[in-house]
Amino acid sequence: MALHFELVTPEKLMRSEEVHMVVVPGTEGDFGVMQGHAPFMSVIRSGDLVIHKTAGAATTHIRVEGGFAEVNEKGLTVLAERATEAH
Amino acid sequence: MPSLKSLKIRIGSVKSTQKITKAMKMVAAAKLRRAQEAAEAGRPYAERLNAVMASLASKITIGPQSPKLLGGTGKSDVHLLVVATSERGLAGAFNSNIVKLARRTADRLIAEGKTVKFYLIGKKGRAVIARLYPGKIVHQVDQSHIKSVGFSDALDVAKDLIHRFEAGEFDVAHLFYAHFRSALLQEPTEQQIIPVSIPIAANDTDQSLAAVEYEPDEEEILAALLPRNVAVQLFRAMLENAASEQGSRMTAMDNATRNAGDMIKRLSIQYNRARQAAITTELVEIISGAEAL
Repeated sequence: MALHFELVTPEKLMRSEEVHMVVVPGTEGDFGVMQGHAPFMSVIRSGDLVIHKTAGAATTHIRVEGGFAEVNEKGLTVLAERATEAH
Repeated sequence: MPSLKSLKIRIGSVKSTQKITKAMKMVAAAKLRRAQEAAEAGRPYAERLNAVMASLASKITIGPQSPKLLGGTGKSDVHLLVVATSERGLAGAFNSNIVKLARRTADRLIAEGKTVKFYLIGKKGRAVIARLYPGKIVHQVDQSHIKSVGFSDALDVAKDLIHRFEAGEFDVAHLFYAHFRSALLQEPTEQQIIPVSIPIAANDTDQSLAAVEYEPDEEEILAALLPRNVAVQLFRAMLENAASEQGSRMTAMDNATRNAGDMIKRLSIQYNRARQAAITTELVEIISGAEAL
């Protein structure tokens, strides 16, 4: 079971992939999104997106600034003003 | 009849002009491709933002309590015309087309008794607007140091605009830029950016949106999105403008190269004729001289 995850910035489509879980820094607290999440929308604060590629695997962090996240039946879309991949 | 020497010099100068226009055309073609890619890469974000705005706006009613960016100030006395032009010339009618459209709107608004102010992005529209509407330019954004437009540039402009709007400097803002259709066709376009015109939801059949949970509530999300939307619209206009500028320059320089080619051909014929005539006269002189002996 995989979640379709997209990270979009005004400059480009940064990520479009199947993942296990993503933890998003919402303005009212972090929330994790997995496959089958109910439709949901939240504004995000500046912080790290934590991407779990598979269950239990090492995580990837992407720093995002400003924007919002939308969950619908197609998956999770994060629209961020700025995103930088941590190395 | 110009002398042989002066013809030769003219051919030489037209040839070097042709070299320059040809080089400029090739540079513009290369830049156009990059600008076009940037414009396309920015599209998904703008589309999604629009979709979200549309679905949010359909849920709340616009009233006096709604944010000013959405509902407006309730007046439309002072109009701000944001005119986006390029920093460099030699791009055919690109800049004058945008300015022409802005002038038409400005004249219409002035005839209706409104106050018009100008906010310029790029320096190429300045001369005309400053001459026709003296003292009406409130600010000019200098982009000459920017190589390729980034979102942060648009964000700065948007912040400045929103700041001015909240300070009550204007009631309505219109944005003028060239919409990029193809390398051959760029359409000058007018768009109202403040108050935000809400896109109408494309498909009402999208039932999934009805059950969406919002955090914080719809109105707060919308309030957070409105300024962002202004920035995105500006960013899109800047990208479109960058692509249009290069497209326009490419066609203009292509025409110039072709004209230079025609001119060289004409001048070469003239030069050859003149040369032949000179030889003929010389021969006639020699022959008649020999006959006289």
